[in-house]
Amino acid sequence: MSARAFTPELSAQVCAEIDRWVGKFPAGRQRSAVLAALHAVQHENGGYLTPELMNAVADYLEMPPIQVYEIATFYSMFETKPVGRHSISVCTNISCMLRGADDIVAHIENRLGIRTGESTPDGRFYLKQEEECLAACCGAPMMMVDHRYYENLTPAAVDEVLDGLD
Amino acid sequence: MDEKTVSIEVDGKPVEARAGQMLIDVTDRIGIYVPRFCYHGKLSVAANCRMCLVDVERAPKPLPACATPVTDGMKVSTRSARAISAQKATMEFLLINHPLDCPICDQGGECELQDLALGFGRGVSRYTEKKRVVADKNLGPLVSTDMTRCIHCTRCVRFGQEITGIQELGAVGRSEHMEIGTYIEQSVDHELSGNIIDLCPVGALNNKPYRFSARAWEMAVRPMISPHDCAGSNLYGHVLRGTLKRVVPRENEAINETWIADRDRYSCHGIYTEDRLNVPMIKRDREWLEVTWQEALASAAEAIAGAVADEGDGLGILASPGSTLAELYLLQRMAAGLGTAHLDHRLRRTDFRDQQADPVWPWLGSSIAGLEQLEGILLVGSNLRTEVPILAHRVRKAALAGADVGFVNPCDYEYLFDSAFVEAPFADFTRSLAGVLAAAAEDLDKPAPEHVAEAVSGAVVEAEHRAAARVLLGKERTLVLLGHIAQRHPRFADIRVLAAALAELVGGQLGYLPESANSVGAALAGCLPHRGIGGTAAQAAGYDVHGMLSSPRRGYILFGIEPDRDMAESELAEAALMSADAVVGFTAYVNDALLECADVLLPIGTFAETAGTYVNAEGAWQSFDAAADPVGDARPGWRVLRVLGNALGLADFDYRSAADVRDALRRELGEAPPPDNSYRGSLSIAALEPVDVDPAVLDVPIYAVDAVVRRSEPLQETVLGRARDESEEPLAASAS
Ligand code: SF4
Ligand code: FES
Ligand code: FES
Repeated sequence: MSARAFTPELSAQVCAEIDRWVGKFPAGRQRSAVLAALHAVQHENGGYLTPELMNAVADYLEMPPIQVYEIATFYSMFETKPVGRHSISVCTNISCMLRGADDIVAHIENRLGIRTGESTPDGRFYLKQEEECLAACCGAPMMMVDHRYYENLTPAAVDEVLDGLD
Repeated sequence: MDEKTVSIEVDGKPVEARAGQMLIDVTDRIGIYVPRFCYHGKLSVAANCRMCLVDVERAPKPLPACATPVTDGMKVSTRSARAISAQKATMEFLLINHPLDCPICDQGGECELQDLALGFGRGVSRYTEKKRVVADKNLGPLVSTDMTRCIHCTRCVRFGQEITGIQELGAVGRSEHMEIGTYIEQSVDHELSGNIIDLCPVGALNNKPYRFSARAWEMAVRPMISPHDCAGSNLYGHVLRGTLKRVVPRENEAINETWIADRDRYSCHGIYTEDRLNVPMIKRDREWLEVTWQEALASAAEAIAGAVADEGDGLGILASPGSTLAELYLLQRMAAGLGTAHLDHRLRRTDFRDQQADPVWPWLGSSIAGLEQLEGILLVGSNLRTEVPILAHRVRKAALAGADVGFVNPCDYEYLFDSAFVEAPFADFTRSLAGVLAAAAEDLDKPAPEHVAEAVSGAVVEAEHRAAARVLLGKERTLVLLGHIAQRHPRFADIRVLAAALAELVGGQLGYLPESANSVGAALAGCLPHRGIGGTAAQAAGYDVHGMLSSPRRGYILFGIEPDRDMAESELAEAALMSADAVVGFTAYVNDALLECADVLLPIGTFAETAGTYVNAEGAWQSFDAAADPVGDARPGWRVLRVLGNALGLADFDYRSAADVRDALRRELGEAPPPDNSYRGSLSIAALEPVDVDPAVLDVPIYAVDAVVRRSEPLQETVLGRARDESEEPLAASAS
């Protein structure tokens, strides 16, 4: 652990949240709470994780930092680079694709001036690359913005949602 | 675990196997080869490469042999059409992203993937899409990476998790984007890390300093024994036209299993340095002259004869404990022939008060493999991971298997398992140890032995002492092991009395961690002032190291020693050597201290350039031949001693080989003395006064233990090597 970067303290709220999850697992299995811990930390940090924060989680849950990095990079809901404040995921899986998801993506890309996977320079929007079906096929095409689902999208409906964000 | 045996059939052959055993272990045992990448006998089963798929009767699809437990009546075919086609398909997938760069890959010619691709790969690829490229990682000075070649077997990851106990590498990312690495830039720092090079079945992890300097098929393979610590790890040296290019492990389950320490793997880069002594030299009027061997030996003989003019008393002989058995035996015979008893190899020891109580050959007190069977191990004064990394691994395995392990140490060195710890400050070591003894006596409700009673009654017993005592209490097989820090301590005699009393009280063994590769051999060969061959008492004891230096001799023989780096009392040594009339140095390297004090320098080969025998910590005699050609005019040390013996007119100094010399010693030893560490001394200790201690003398850094290691640049560049002394200049630049 020699080259270990500076390890910040986790906030009291985050610690309380992690402890709540740790309590659900048998004693000595505290590392099972790592997913919940990363969610809490990411949320508090404006939507992304840093190596320092991951180290802090590793310390807190007494696990090797590399195992936290492995998990954070495996799951697509964790961001390990700074991203825009509002996270937009457009589902492009089969049902949504058949119902015009590609046009929705193109519309957002044009409107924001960024490609999928990028954030706007003003730090407002992050157009996330979504890997999987978001399980709202009945409302395809759909997108998720800041954890909320918007279904049966049209370009106009998308504009309305995005206009409503700060 | 079910110990039942079951009958199965493999490729039509009936085989008995242990129920629950993995199929691949059975096929390996009976010599049927199943291809594999991720499976490794020393690691957990990951079953992620799928190369080992075999055909099992009634199974709906091929099963991985490494993760399929055998059951009674199982019929397996490893070469059926279904098995072969599964293996071929796996190979085709593995090669999708693997680059076809074997001609420029260091692993070429010794690559498991290359070999298996030959057997299972298609001649022509059907894949026309893009291959993925993975950025290389900087893992430090020892291991180079070509991560595009990685096939994600995770052997290197499991090695960190399971063997070293510190996971440095991991699988970052997912699916197509998964990469093996450290995520943030981080070197691999554990002292056994180099083993991931051998584990990696492809050319993703390679030997960094060796890289691109030879091809596997050009090199001769020579068995060697590690000279750097008392484990005596078995090695193979890979030699290209007489030059040792690299070192890899030679499997020996009883000693090093399949591992070696980084110190053993990379010390070879300290052999071919610019400061090697290539020709004999003598000093005339303060000027060093290069001379022929004949002239040098004549000068050496003259200098020695001058020093022993008064019946030997004027000569002192100091030998490195890393010398071979033949060398140490010849030095012993030379001393006897010249009439001096001032002969010693215990260069880092300072307390000789109770040396009469030393065992004939102080040994580990357990076989190396037997360490794993112990129930309690208390290490007294040992930074074990730096002293003997391979034994530290055994102790860790014992701890993981349920043994209690405790340390009585000046600092809480990092051990990657749960252990008890008693802080025993350098200066006040005995007091803390007495506390553990007192705690054990208290718990057993027995009085402490009389000769330590006073010390024990003065000890303070706290929770930590009780915890350390509990490591040993109520168990059958326990060991109290005296480490290097204890044996180098100025109060070693007292520490030993206390440790021996503790071992006796709890009914355990007392063990010694020998200082160097051949400390045991040196004791057997009688390279000691107070004893002869096989531990016989000397007629009149000579001076030990300290005595020889504090009552300076007229002349000295230094064998394989850098006086400023290899001795506890280097300042005293410098003064004594400078004031001597004649100093004859046998050495592989020129060093400033030697140039200052010596009058004759005779170039001898390093461990790689000489034949010899080392006796390891468990008493195993391991002989080896010279692996590489000597550098310059250097000659094996035993041969130089032999010729010098002749020049000095000593009787019976005609040997033809190092094995000859060893056999002569063996004959003289007769029935080798049995291992016996029991303490029979009579030292009684009362006062537990603090003493002055220089921690740097007691705790020698892992890559500073001997002249070769100190010159290995890659080792010096590691985190452990740099920690040695930030201010110090690197010792030598590598010549090649
Ligand atoms: S680097 Fe080598 S050992 Fe590690 S996962 Fe890749 S192929 Fe396996
Ligand atoms: S395919 Fe888009 S929600 Fe299922
Ligand atoms: S060796 Fe069996 S799956 Fe890799």
